[in-house]
Amino acid sequence: MAFLRKVLAIVWKDVTAELRTKDIFSAMAVFALLATVIFQYAFDLRAENLRLVLPGVVWTTVTFSGVLGLSRSFILEQDRGLLEGLLLAPMDRSAIYFGKLIGNLLFITAVELLLLPALSILFDVWLLTPPILLFVALGTLGFAAVGTLFSAVSINTRAREVMLPILLFPVMVPVLIAGVRGISGLLDGEPLTDLLQWVRLLLAYDVVFTTTAFLLFDYVVEE
Amino acid sequence: MITVERLTKAFGRTVVLRDVSLHVPAGETLVLFGPNGAGKTTLVRIIAGLSRPTAGSVTLGGVDVRRAGEGLRRYVGVVSHNPLVYESLTGEENLRFFGRLYEVPNLAARVDEVLDQVGLRPRRRDLVRTYSRGMVQRLAIARAILHDPPILLLDEPDTGLDQQAADMLRRLLVDLGSDRRAVLFTTHNLDRGIEWADRVAILSGGRLRFEAPTAGLSPAQMREAYAEAVAAANRKA
Repeated sequence: MAFLRKVLAIVWKDVTAELRTKDIFSAMAVFALLATVIFQYAFDLRAENLRLVLPGVVWTTVTFSGVLGLSRSFILEQDRGLLEGLLLAPMDRSAIYFGKLIGNLLFITAVELLLLPALSILFDVWLLTPPILLFVALGTLGFAAVGTLFSAVSINTRAREVMLPILLFPVMVPVLIAGVRGISGLLDGEPLTDLLQWVRLLLAYDVVFTTTAFLLFDYVVEE
Repeated sequence: MITVERLTKAFGRTVVLRDVSLHVPAGETLVLFGPNGAGKTTLVRIIAGLSRPTAGSVTLGGVDVRRAGEGLRRYVGVVSHNPLVYESLTGEENLRFFGRLYEVPNLAARVDEVLDQVGLRPRRRDLVRTYSRGMVQRLAIARAILHDPPILLLDEPDTGLDQQAADMLRRLLVDLGSDRRAVLFTTHNLDRGIEWADRVAILSGGRLRFEAPTAGLSPAQMREAYAEAVAAANRKA
């Protein structure tokens, strides 16, 4: 319980600070909406190919806008020397990881709550269905789990803002494949029961990478 | 309370601390002087458990920092030149946040008490970004002593403070019980250090080159010892 209270304290701190500064959310949200509009014009879509490209548009936008937020979540702590304050506290350092992970999930989810209706309107395909939201939620969890770990890794590198996508995107391939295949199938009218292999892949990815990040985080933040 | 024995720290081939030994018992303030790059901050970071030594040991209250679990961090309070407080939270929110991480009992009452002690109660609900440098440093001290640690590590906490704010910092440390804690304080200001310390030491070129009680030590003698320590380090380099 003490561990959970500390995780929630970190989440509360990040959310309260973000509500006041809007450092992370505003950058992610503006990027996501601009990308949506650009994709809409760039593809100059005709009705028959909407379903072909829309899943890719969803995941590309979530990934790129998410990286903006993930890269800032530890950089803001590091630049102001605040990470030390967290590392000095008497707690398992994985509490920092889970606190940051939950915060990142909240920020990315908030952006998705803007993005999916916007895409639905611009592309005239309703994306806010429970099966599609299931794929988006599972993919977002895996993305945030790996991204939060790599965000901590990249803060001590020289080209840290470039380093995060370089580290993250190759590891994200299974999420992108499963996410795109799942949403494509649903848009093509396949029932969720025919797409369960992609749900299982996303679940396995989430469990494996959240556990791995939990085990590695202490080494990542140690000098 | 703080015992450092034959401590060496190297980053790759660069040796930052060489064979450093010192002891700070409870109730004593040791002020550590040294030029930039002497290794003061590295030493403080190792004692605080933020960095691992290459060789040697650090024990706090008889417990080896490397072997101790996270619980040992509860016995240490750190004030550094980075205030370790969040600008976008209020002073009170900062203390409540860190109080939760340190599992401070009766947190609301303790936060009120500490805010009173550092004189920030009237500004408790203001964002830290609106505080002056002196106020931020007072809040940093409040954060460091919130869990009432028996060991205080202060790494150049007077950096950027004017004389009046530095005097207030001194008064705060006395009022907040530096006479019952083991306090290790690093600073560049020789006069201030002598005035505040029970004992002084000089770290230069990664080695501890001078250590003496302040009783009977004049500022002129201290300056001479400092110049000799720096010159000795330069000769070695």
